[in-house]
Amino acid sequence: MVDAVLFVIVATTAVAGALGVVMARNPVYSAMGLLATMFSLAVAYVVHLAHFVAFVQVIVYAGAVMTLFLFVIMLIGVDRSEDTSESLPAQRLLVILLTGLIAGIAGILFFAVGFEWVGPDPASLSPSGTIEALSTELFAGWLLPVLSTALLLTISAVGALTLAYFRPTRRTP
Amino acid sequence: MIVTSGWYLTLAAVLFVIGAIGLLVRRNALIMFMAIELMLNAVNLTFVAAGHRIGTLDGQVAVFFVLVVAAAEVAVGLAIIVAVFRQRRTASVDELSDLRG
Repeated sequence: MVDAVLFVIVATTAVAGALGVVMARNPVYSAMGLLATMFSLAVAYVVHLAHFVAFVQVIVYAGAVMTLFLFVIMLIGVDRSEDTSESLPAQRLLVILLTGLIAGIAGILFFAVGFEWVGPDPASLSPSGTIEALSTELFAGWLLPVLSTALLLTISAVGALTLAYFRPTRRTP
Repeated sequence: MIVTSGWYLTLAAVLFVIGAIGLLVRRNALIMFMAIELMLNAVNLTFVAAGHRIGTLDGQVAVFFVLVVAAAEVAVGLAIIVAVFRQRRTASVDELSDLRG
């Protein structure tokens, strides 16, 4: 019962935040909607015993990434209203068709074909994703990918600095 | 009422589709970026829910890597958006249709 109530709260917050991202006119409202979705997903991760992932979700996504987004929104300016007219013909119609197609395929798979999980339900004895358990898993089997992520983060930080630091001379229009 | 993993997988699918719609409909590069983040989050939820159901930590390992790549992507992508904005005074992707800089 508690599970169901928690799921309803998480699902409504997440979907409302997601709709806010897509529909808000002001980019700051979009960012706030994304923040709500990320926090509710962190709750969902705790439900699935993924404690470390929930921590990282709050610290990295809700903390660092969203702060970065808000900074860039501040740099670019929020007061310019987005042009809502569509320049590509039939883009809206294609979007509706595409999402209908995806939903139709998913519905057919789910209701008509159905799928079964491999093996019995071990969710009750599923391992808890504590920092210790996850780091053992990561450093035992995924050492080289973990080190590669360090390289990737360094390269991306240097790349972002380079893009931001060297400003080209403005063209005269 | 028992909450199964399928409920969370369905929630993830809904979030993913909303993100995809946002990516296709909106024109502001920042909002499109946020829609991509939404889709990444939906996939992360799928990884965690499915991994929990199967009884391994592999799903959470995958989420870890997705998170790192997403952080790197955000840093570079936002730098590109700022650089383009300084050059063109716009963040709308419709106005960035020509290839010269």
